Amino acid sequence: MSRVADVLVIGAGIVGAACARALAERGLSVHVIDARRGGATASGMGHLVVMDDNPAELELSRLSLEAWRRWGADMQRDGASGCDYMQCGTLWVAQDDAEMAAAEDKRERLQTHGIACELLGSEALAAREPLLRAGLAGALRVPGDAIVYAPNAAGWLLRDSNLPITQEHARVRRIEDRAVELEDGSTRRAGAVVLAAGMHSAELCPDLPLRPKKGQLAITDRYPGALHHQVVELGYVTSAHNHEGTSVAFNVQPRPTGQLLIGSSREFDNVRPEVDAALLARMLRRALRYAPALAQLQVLRTWTGIRPASPDGLPLIGAHPTRDGLWLAVGHEGLGVTTAPATAELLAALMAGDTLSFDPAPVAPGRFARGHRA
Amino acid sequence: MTAFPEKLALWIDQVPVAVARGTSVAAALAQRPPGVARVSVRGEERAPLCGMGICHECRVTIDGRRMLACQTVCEDGMDIRTGLAETTEAGP
Repeated sequence: MSRVADVLVIGAGIVGAACARALAERGLSVHVIDARRGGATASGMGHLVVMDDNPAELELSRLSLEAWRRWGADMQRDGASGCDYMQCGTLWVAQDDAEMAAAEDKRERLQTHGIACELLGSEALAAREPLLRAGLAGALRVPGDAIVYAPNAAGWLLRDSNLPITQEHARVRRIEDRAVELEDGSTRRAGAVVLAAGMHSAELCPDLPLRPKKGQLAITDRYPGALHHQVVELGYVTSAHNHEGTSVAFNVQPRPTGQLLIGSSREFDNVRPEVDAALLARMLRRALRYAPALAQLQVLRTWTGIRPASPDGLPLIGAHPTRDGLWLAVGHEGLGVTTAPATAELLAALMAGDTLSFDPAPVAPGRFARGHRA
Repeated sequence: MTAFPEKLALWIDQVPVAVARGTSVAAALAQRPPGVARVSVRGEERAPLCGMGICHECRVTIDGRRMLACQTVCEDGMDIRTGLAETTEAGP
């Protein structure tokens, strides 16, 4: 049976779309199959943020933010306004002196890696974001961070007519040897298969160590000018890295329309799509601690999503440890939109045998295999 | 005789409107056909639809605060601004 393309990509979320584009830019023909079930790309905030909890995450996000700035310019050139790329920057807010010390550490770490940022004192923070309550200790401002509407950005990545990318809407039933079987029983063959289906990847490849981490979001009516930066509490990192239990953190984003996206929550092993009202209340109360004025705003909608989390919080990028011809770009948890560009570059370089932009060992899928030695 | 006036006087986009006590703001909007409440991001005019606080199509600014017209009962002297009149959106 003939090949449908050089590479089959399963999943047209932001990671699958970025991988397809990176491979196509290397001259490979790519066929993307997506079941249109939706995933973290469609339900998340689309915050493009440099994270520095470990060197690999910092490198992935730093390189990705550089790529997003180029993509942001390209989207504007293409008139892809629905992508809503906006370099609003991030404010990491400190409640007290201890958190301000953490902000100072973060500033040093980011600047060491060439990432522009500045500390704001209490008054400077209040002047920048009057929505926040008075008396916060200050903030670290990272002006290069941005936001994007990820579902449209994923569509834009696949739409370039100069690239050899084809798309098909179908559900994959099984991954075979350099081929996939679809629900209708038909088969698509290729030189290689890339699995980038987020949490759904575990259904096709049960040995993947992925665990669902549910999140909830609320969006308000339009209040243009009410907020300028994406504002996140410094304690977010603690919340985001808990391995058990349910946690909330203050995280609010100004949409280009003037709407505010309010998060965030993390809950393990709950894949039910319903909003949990008690947890939503806890999340909004957390937000009111930082921005009491939010209580005057009208919330329009609430929804949930599932982050695909790996045991160490880093994605799995590279060859499947045992299945020849199968490549993985999964397990990005809440950072898939941010790190899609560097994920795709790394995966494409690994597949093509090109020079790598950074050490792939911390994200190598084989690191979780039994008896694996780093 | 009741001590209450039969009609309440309020303003919709700075135009005086008289309504019976107990009227919802959504019903007050309907006195000015087609009863536009807001304008969408893409510039489409929107009016109350579900009437039960779910669809959020009827959001207006009342005395400076964004509210749902269908879930709000008219009060004397209310300053109601629809999306048609809002040159600057209400702050928080």
